[in-house]
Amino acid sequence: MSKTVALTGNLACAHAMRQINPDVVAAYPITPQTTIVEEFSTFVANGQVDTEYVTVESEHSAMSACVGASAAGSRVITATSSQGLALMWEILYIASALRLPIVMHNVNRTLAGPINIHCDHQDSMGARDSGWIQIHCENAQEAYDTTIQAIRIAEDNRVRLPVLVCLDGFIISHAIDRLDMLDDPEVKKFVGEFEPAISMLDPEEPITVGPFDGLHGQFFEFRRAQELATLGSLPVIEEIGKEYGAVSGRPYGLIEEYKLDDAEIAIVVLGSTAGTTRVVVDSLRADGVKAGLLKIRSFRPFPIKQITDALSGVKAVAVLDRSLSPGAIGAPVFQEVRSALYDSESRVPIINFIYGLGGRDVSMGLIKEAYTVLSDIVKDGQVKQTINYLGLRE
Amino acid sequence: MEDLTEIRWHGRGGQGAVTAAKLVAEAALKQDKYFQASPEYGPERMGAPIQAFTRICPEPILIHCAVTNPDIVVVLDPTLLSVVDVTDGLVENGALVINTDMSPAEVRQANNIEGYQIVTVDASKIAVESIGRAIPNTPMLGAVLKATGIMDLEKVAEHIRSSFGKKFSPEIIEGNVEALNRAYQEARSE
Repeated sequence: MSKTVALTGNLACAHAMRQINPDVVAAYPITPQTTIVEEFSTFVANGQVDTEYVTVESEHSAMSACVGASAAGSRVITATSSQGLALMWEILYIASALRLPIVMHNVNRTLAGPINIHCDHQDSMGARDSGWIQIHCENAQEAYDTTIQAIRIAEDNRVRLPVLVCLDGFIISHAIDRLDMLDDPEVKKFVGEFEPAISMLDPEEPITVGPFDGLHGQFFEFRRAQELATLGSLPVIEEIGKEYGAVSGRPYGLIEEYKLDDAEIAIVVLGSTAGTTRVVVDSLRADGVKAGLLKIRSFRPFPIKQITDALSGVKAVAVLDRSLSPGAIGAPVFQEVRSALYDSESRVPIINFIYGLGGRDVSMGLIKEAYTVLSDIVKDGQVKQTINYLGLRE
Repeated sequence: MEDLTEIRWHGRGGQGAVTAAKLVAEAALKQDKYFQASPEYGPERMGAPIQAFTRICPEPILIHCAVTNPDIVVVLDPTLLSVVDVTDGLVENGALVINTDMSPAEVRQANNIEGYQIVTVDASKIAVESIGRAIPNTPMLGAVLKATGIMDLEKVAEHIRSSFGKKFSPEIIEGNVEALNRAYQEARSE
């Protein structure tokens, strides 16, 4: 049985946390993540959860406390945004290297400067190589659903990696939306009991956590093993998304295709803009334009095969990036999609649109403009400009 | 999404514009509609001009872009009319619902507004008399319902009773319901 509610994206995440009832939450508030931990601290104060809530003096300490708690065998959840995620940077690598199944919300906000509290994906793109699984959510429903799945993905013995659940700051985090919540017992059953693979608090089997690798140790092999675990999580994310679908009626995959089957032109995008793009696809379709959408849900691991298969029939692709990589060939999502398509047989023309930095609104009109550029590429058979900007004032 | 209704709320920090936007969304849930409600994201200060937005639709709302062409603009504070361009982006046959003791014709003349449906109600006076405080959001909601018929008045009153129940005294709750009903009756439209 599920219940239909009106909640902001952040409160939806806080309620998912309440239903999961983690052992430890250590977090530091930062806009726009604040209301997640604020609401959750109310659940703690009201005795609605058994969680040990650790207040800390910074995000660096928050992630450090999460690492300690997780290594001790606890189920751990935290949340952050932007500068907070940046301040966690070195501990992110420790968490993933120790293979600790920590789940963290990242409420996407840009990185200063100038100081800006609004949404883009610059923060989580900075955590791209940290060894965390990174899943992007389109709306409050998906943020809620993904929080619950993330526990299972992180703790799966084939994976044992931390998971970053990303939702767009303000656009999703602070907008009240309609969503369906599972009943508390259903969530409890779905996430199950956490059985830690290791615990540094077991006196029968004493272990060292995070030791020095020596001058000529196994560092390289260790990192390769971590990479294999990340790649190995691809089928696990799919499997758990399917299992969650059986319980909730809302199945999830690594990517989501929208009207791609017969599409000639396609946009690839992460997060809330996927929703706006769906409506643009429908309106173009009504005008006879064969437009499609590919939403990437799992950015890490990057589902190469699923993405190349999904785009195999199209004639031109645009990747929409909500971040910037100064001095690179386009932004991160574009780089990876283009790289994946390099080896495909069709080698379809692909362009990049950088959009929405610092919360700049992306209207349906702007997305339509991007599709128009793609239509022109199909018509003329040539790409005029590879890197483009959507909504930039010039 | 053809039946999508978009509302922009103008108020000053403390007048309950954000609460009104939320209240409409939550009431829409009771009528099995889809909705989005969001404040304008920025620092909120008591007395500063603020905006909030509501979308209501019988079907799921997929878009996450800003509301730029509202069907309804609600002005909680008449002093904003000379500070903010409240008709900015308002659709051609849209409604402008204003908290003022003036008639629609007087508002039109005083502010040089042509076109649009103008609805006025003295929500501040109603709020003081019914609730005991000059927070005009619930009576303004009554005027919005009268002007647009986007939701059933009775169902919204029901929602106020059930959702305010945990936080407020019965007097305050009935005061809000009375304010809603009075504004619905007293709203003038042109």
